[in-house]
Amino acid sequence: MTADTELHTHPGTSTGAQAHDHDHAHPSDRQYVIIAAILAVITAAEVGTYFLEDPDIAVLVALLFPMMIIKFAVVAGYFMHLKYDNPIFRRVFVFGLVLAVAVFSIALTSMQFWS
Amino acid sequence: MSDAALDTAPAAPSEPESAHGPATGISNEKLAMWVFLGSDCLLFGALISTYLLLRHRSTTGPVELRDPENVFDIPFTSVSSFVLLMSSLTMALAVAAIHRGEVRRCRIWLVTTALLGATFIAGQVYEFTTFVREGLGYTTNIFGSAFFTLTGFHGVHVTVGIIFLMSLVLLSLRGKLDASNAETVEIFGLYWHFVDVVWIVIFTLVYLIP
Repeated sequence: MTADTELHTHPGTSTGAQAHDHDHAHPSDRQYVIIAAILAVITAAEVGTYFLEDPDIAVLVALLFPMMIIKFAVVAGYFMHLKYDNPIFRRVFVFGLVLAVAVFSIALTSMQFWS
Repeated sequence: MSDAALDTAPAAPSEPESAHGPATGISNEKLAMWVFLGSDCLLFGALISTYLLLRHRSTTGPVELRDPENVFDIPFTSVSSFVLLMSSLTMALAVAAIHRGEVRRCRIWLVTTALLGATFIAGQVYEFTTFVREGLGYTTNIFGSAFFTLTGFHGVHVTVGIIFLMSLVLLSLRGKLDASNAETVEIFGLYWHFVDVVWIVIFTLVYLIP
């Protein structure tokens, strides 16, 4: 992924803040297309589980959760540039995400959702 | 005061930040968008949790409409999901184009993104009207209420995104969008990609896991 990654210094965006945000390598257009193709393949695999005959719920969860997390991470990392941008953006977003997962996992547990 | 004294005088504390960027070295607008997206995780977390809790607890309405598996059209929703996923690609290409100063190409990708978003919304409208025709309305049972609230909120997010996209297209047509304000397109792109990642979660948890 990093072999022919372009360096976008973004001419015209010359304020200090933007220079700090953007002096990083971003994917090229071709790499964006490859990333989208990977996402499409994972989505096809997800939809494929719908056609399984009487699947066990545990098997479905074991198959679908990793695919969901990979898709989420790829979109956030590459399309949203979290992989390349200032780490503070990643921290802010991950904080909200982890807080949401923690709060609602506790809420679901307290309401005996898992049983 | 002599000229030398003027030259060595410290900068006034009220000097505007915009000349050199904020002291943190990061864009305030971009940080604000990330804070908003982080907080939006909590909104969608609440809606998804509520749906998961309530989807199998319906006691009213027709029996066949109390179970999500009897209602959903997974192949149709899969196509909608694919369309939204591809709109993330076109949005990323729009951001890359404006950073290179290619305004016309950026505009083409923005319009494409808006069209893909509109296709997704059209699919959602079709899905909702199909459910209503089959007898599953917002107040039919608790599953319907939770489902329409969750997916409806997401649909509103997509619709707001389409309005923003068209605003950006109008700005570019008036010559007010170029590489110097590429960050505006990038910040909006963050919102659009977030709408996509939320759908990635909804598609798996709501539609694919029975």
